[in-house]
Amino acid sequence: MRIVVVVKHVPDIQAERTLTPDGRMDRDQGDGTLNELDENAVEAALTLAQEADGGEVIAVTVGPPDAVDAVRRALQMGADEAVHVLDDAIAGSDALGTAAVLAAAVRRLGADVPVDLVLAGMAALDGLTSLVPAALAAELDLPALTLATSVEVDAAAGTVSVRRELDHADEVLRATLPALVSVSDRANEPRYPNFAGIMAARKKPVTVWTLADLGVDAATVGAAGARTRVLAAAPRPPRTDRVLVQDSGDAGVALAAWLVENKLA
Amino acid sequence: MSEDLAVTAAAVLVLLDHAPDGALRPAVPELVTLARDVVGAAAVAGVWVAGPDDEAPVPTDALGVLGLDAVHRVRVDADPHVAAVLADAVAAAREATGAALVLLASTFENRDVAARLAVTLGAGVVTDADAVQIEDGTVVAAKTVLAGTWTTRCAVRTPLAVVCVKAGAVVAQEAARPTTPEVVEHVLAVGAGARRVQVVEHTEHGDSGRPDLASAQVVVVGGRGTEGDFAPLTELADLLGAAVGATRVATDEGWIDRDTQIGQTGVNVAPRLYIGAGVSGAVHHRGGMQAAGVIVAVNNDPDAPIFEIADYGVVGDLFAVLPQLTAELRRLRA
Repeated sequence: MRIVVVVKHVPDIQAERTLTPDGRMDRDQGDGTLNELDENAVEAALTLAQEADGGEVIAVTVGPPDAVDAVRRALQMGADEAVHVLDDAIAGSDALGTAAVLAAAVRRLGADVPVDLVLAGMAALDGLTSLVPAALAAELDLPALTLATSVEVDAAAGTVSVRRELDHADEVLRATLPALVSVSDRANEPRYPNFAGIMAARKKPVTVWTLADLGVDAATVGAAGARTRVLAAAPRPPRTDRVLVQDSGDAGVALAAWLVENKLA
Repeated sequence: MSEDLAVTAAAVLVLLDHAPDGALRPAVPELVTLARDVVGAAAVAGVWVAGPDDEAPVPTDALGVLGLDAVHRVRVDADPHVAAVLADAVAAAREATGAALVLLASTFENRDVAARLAVTLGAGVVTDADAVQIEDGTVVAAKTVLAGTWTTRCAVRTPLAVVCVKAGAVVAQEAARPTTPEVVEHVLAVGAGARRVQVVEHTEHGDSGRPDLASAQVVVVGGRGTEGDFAPLTELADLLGAAVGATRVATDEGWIDRDTQIGQTGVNVAPRLYIGAGVSGAVHHRGGMQAAGVIVAVNNDPDAPIFEIADYGVVGDLFAVLPQLTAELRRLRA
């Protein structure tokens, strides 16, 4: 079982995050980290590889030099190899450009030895578009089973099944491998890399590919190829006239009056 | 709307999400209202996707009140719960209408539809939009990002724009002139690529009897501080006609259904009024509610991060404050 897990390096959501004047994520503030929701995907990949007895997990990321930290974290968790697609022309890509580059990397990996499963997190905590998993599946012409809260591979049947919880319904979906699965944060509890894992990761290979290595036309990705362009970006004004009271027995009455006065109730 | 719309007057196509019985999902009237505003005098069409044995009637009366001009009912030969099947059906309706803008409710399922349309039709996509306009022939969408702390406006550079619109961003309004939507029937054999996902089980959730959480104008939310007792919250919600939401902790504890979880990975809400009770305001939760109009928080921990963003914060016991609030509101209304 050969599993590719796609991961993203994002600004730490606990830190103050800002946009540049042209609407890109400001990635120069340090504090980057493996997108938390991708840890669930790495965990799912490692568990499935273990169950498959002889599985292999390859972590792939696309991004600037710092982005290598995302795949390093995946290696520390237990992934076997990593790929970092690094090219100046990628800067400013939208989710669809990113999906196209990831697809090229997965195809390249699959040219050597076929890839059975592509795993992704449900969203990246910076852009939160959730577009990449389904776009990547469409690019690769794979069935997409998204938002999984549990994943099961039936090796004998060559199928993968997922359970998922949507707003209006719960579902079980199944597809024949190869397939793409995105997992939600309810899928598992990601392991924390231990000392041995951190040491072992130092010896694991990180392959760097450029767009040329992947045969991707630079004009189709990056800011030039982006299908959307940010016209304006601004921080929302801080909330003003804020009230903070300590209840001394009548806070409920006071709150009721405030809501009525502000035509909220 | 400006005059130059006539030049770019391609119709808008709206995905008419519906329950198995044919009832429109709560976001649909909002989408049709927005579509009407965006195109001005041009036509607004809807796409209604029906499965092989799906006989639910198209609610043409309700859609006519909203001013929809035509409904393209696309009967597919596969399970329409699969995003790829839905995407193929939307693509067929788009081809029939020539629409340059497709509007979808910004649910997680519909993002998969949008992503597939992006790849198959070369569309540009904006998710979680709270406003859409056409400026000089270009679709421009506004949205809040970074957990509701920034706002951006994005132009779509491709001939086809697919915009996923956040629930509750638009107030649904009846059209000035009601229409009698024409129902145009299509039969579609979906492509092999879309047939490979099999729906083994599909269980619709029961009706909570409350307003839809994502689009509700008032939301009452409980967290760890409720210790599993949502009674004071539901009583307040009943009085206010509010939806009831929860934090990840409350749903993980099994105190309330998982589909009530508000946050970056759950339901995103932007109500006029958010009331959090026993909610600490962890960053994951804030990401799903920080765009709310007015935030009220009741928590006995004065250091709870939710007080950093609350318009009105009460440091106190929710089991004392909430019942008193409900009783006082009831008294003021009497």
